[in-house]
Amino acid sequence: MKKVMTGHKAVAEAMRQIEPDVVAVYPITPQSEIAEYYAQYVADGLVRTELVPVESEHSAMSACVGAAAAGARVITATASQGLALMVEILYIAASMRLPIVMALANRALSGPINIHCDHSDAYLARDSGAVQIFAESAQEAYDYMVMAQRIAEHKDVRLPVIVNLDGFTLTHSSQVVETLPDERVKEFVGEYEPLYPLLDVDNPSTWGPFAMPDYYFELKRAQQAGMEAVPEVFLSVQEEYSRLSGRPYKGFFEAYKLDDAERVIVVMGSTAGTAKVVVDELRARGERVGLLKVWLWRPFPRAEVAEALSGAKAVAIMDRALSFGNMGALYLDITSAFAGREGPTFVNYIYGLGGRDVPAEHIAQVFEGLEDAVTGELRYLGLRE
Amino acid sequence: MPNVKVLAQRQEQRGSRFTGGHSLCSGCAEPMIVRTVLNAIEDPVVVANATGCLEVASSRYPTSAWNVPWIHSAFENAAATIAGVEAAYRALSRKGKITKRIRFVAFAGDGGTYDIGLQALSGALERGHDFLYIVLNNEAYMNTGVQRSSATPRGANATTSPAGSVIPGKPQDRKDLTEIVVAHRVPYVAQASVSNLIDLANKVERAMKYEGPKLINVYSTCPLGWRTPWDSAVRIAKLAVDTCYWPLYEVEEGVYRVTYKPKEKLPIEEWLKPQGRFRHLFKSEKGKAIIRELQEAVDRHWEELLMKERCTQGKA
Repeated sequence: MKKVMTGHKAVAEAMRQIEPDVVAVYPITPQSEIAEYYAQYVADGLVRTELVPVESEHSAMSACVGAAAAGARVITATASQGLALMVEILYIAASMRLPIVMALANRALSGPINIHCDHSDAYLARDSGAVQIFAESAQEAYDYMVMAQRIAEHKDVRLPVIVNLDGFTLTHSSQVVETLPDERVKEFVGEYEPLYPLLDVDNPSTWGPFAMPDYYFELKRAQQAGMEAVPEVFLSVQEEYSRLSGRPYKGFFEAYKLDDAERVIVVMGSTAGTAKVVVDELRARGERVGLLKVWLWRPFPRAEVAEALSGAKAVAIMDRALSFGNMGALYLDITSAFAGREGPTFVNYIYGLGGRDVPAEHIAQVFEGLEDAVTGELRYLGLRE
Repeated sequence: MPNVKVLAQRQEQRGSRFTGGHSLCSGCAEPMIVRTVLNAIEDPVVVANATGCLEVASSRYPTSAWNVPWIHSAFENAAATIAGVEAAYRALSRKGKITKRIRFVAFAGDGGTYDIGLQALSGALERGHDFLYIVLNNEAYMNTGVQRSSATPRGANATTSPAGSVIPGKPQDRKDLTEIVVAHRVPYVAQASVSNLIDLANKVERAMKYEGPKLINVYSTCPLGWRTPWDSAVRIAKLAVDTCYWPLYEVEEGVYRVTYKPKEKLPIEEWLKPQGRFRHLFKSEKGKAIIRELQEAVDRHWEELLMKERCTQGKA
């Protein structure tokens, strides 16, 4: 059914339909409305979820870990400082291979304190061991929340999955979202089958042991195997979901007019929407430009992205967060995939920090700037200097 | 009410919930407390453990001393972790996926409770999760090398509040965690000690009659950190109780009851003297002043406690 709704509502709707056993959540702008919608569903008896209205995000993630290890299906949501507070426990969740799904309403990290969008929160959790997916629209946020459940819980993966949606731009703006019937979502996600749940008291398990140099390394390597299993699972879940929804999700990224493109922008999140408009305009003028919009950021689909960009002459990689002292993280992800072989010219654009607007003219400037780009250049888009 | 015979029977029945083979120090009070607590609970139990001596010594991969479901996540979140487990239990029971009655216990040290875990504990108490929280209170960060915590008594020599030539040990008074928990108005709060295991078993039994949050702050001798002989755990803890430095009491639905009143209240020196961590106090005027202050504080708090007992007994 198509309805106009905010990104918050789209995420909350997906959660209502999934109906996890436990939701542990703490309010923070611009995520709070997800928690509010869900609390109302609980209050109105629409879901049988146990809502744990914790006293901090640290406890939110801790309660998620306890609940998931106990054998429950668990969802949480946060943003910015909230994720920063969760990160300690997010690493632990990943190491315990707990399929916790999280909506992350991307917001700039302090300081200075700022409530608006950038991706510094997602970047903070880059190496946490959580799978990270970026949504372009409220529709994609809804769709990936449903798909995330299956990816997280797949027996070969068993990892936390973060669905990123740009704070305010997506969370607070009203868009047309087509939701699936409740039963279809319930069938798609299926019954959760926990592994070694704590509540199986007849078969006691020890969770979160202490591992010294004799085992720690092997355990972390085993965790990496979970990440390595993600790409195949991601594609198969997409395929199944595309059949169910009629929306074509195919691949780790969306290749928009990329086939014969000479100049390409790579971006994650809602800015892709603006970039598509600019691509269309420039294409109408006969310019061979294209867009690569990353859906799956962790694990990073290096080979596939490299393959998709190998025909381009110049590529602008746009990072919505600084990695202080180096190029942007996405830039490094992509350029490292070209190490030791010929590739296009790559330039890094840092953009949109702290909610700085990214109008179409700026995207057009990026395409224009690719004419004289030099690999390794770090540029700032929309910055007063 | 258990007696020694009952405790022994329980040890036979349920003693393997926490088995030997762990690597806690000789003379550590913790295994006695853990066994007494777990043995006193009839239903199946799930345990959450904060980072600390007990966790490190009982779960070295690939071994485990736990024959009950057990989870360790981090240092400051035992209460939030057990809250999540309990929330899962409620949700899955409601859906008919779990039919057994299961009880939930968190073990954490004083550092993990008084300091870094206080917020998570307060949140879990306020939300009313059904769990028993056991503080293994050895009055410092023993697992990391005897650093001071907010449970460390004034004057104690700890590695981050050392007795120096100018400052004679920890300058601050300890925090009264038990009363902080009482202020949350949860159904059951108590202080217990490794020196009085029957009293501890009684308290666990009484606590488990209640649904909702319960906490027992258990005095747990650390011979290594307190610099006392390896066989002193019970003896030193008993002196803490008999000097009224660590009163044994409970607050059941707001009603105070002192569960042990020493026939003769011993002077605080009796408890201080055998402990290396206080040795310096006896060697300087500053130190002797601290001993007097400690005695005054103990006297005042003991009187307050007796008064609270008198004031609230009428409510029972």
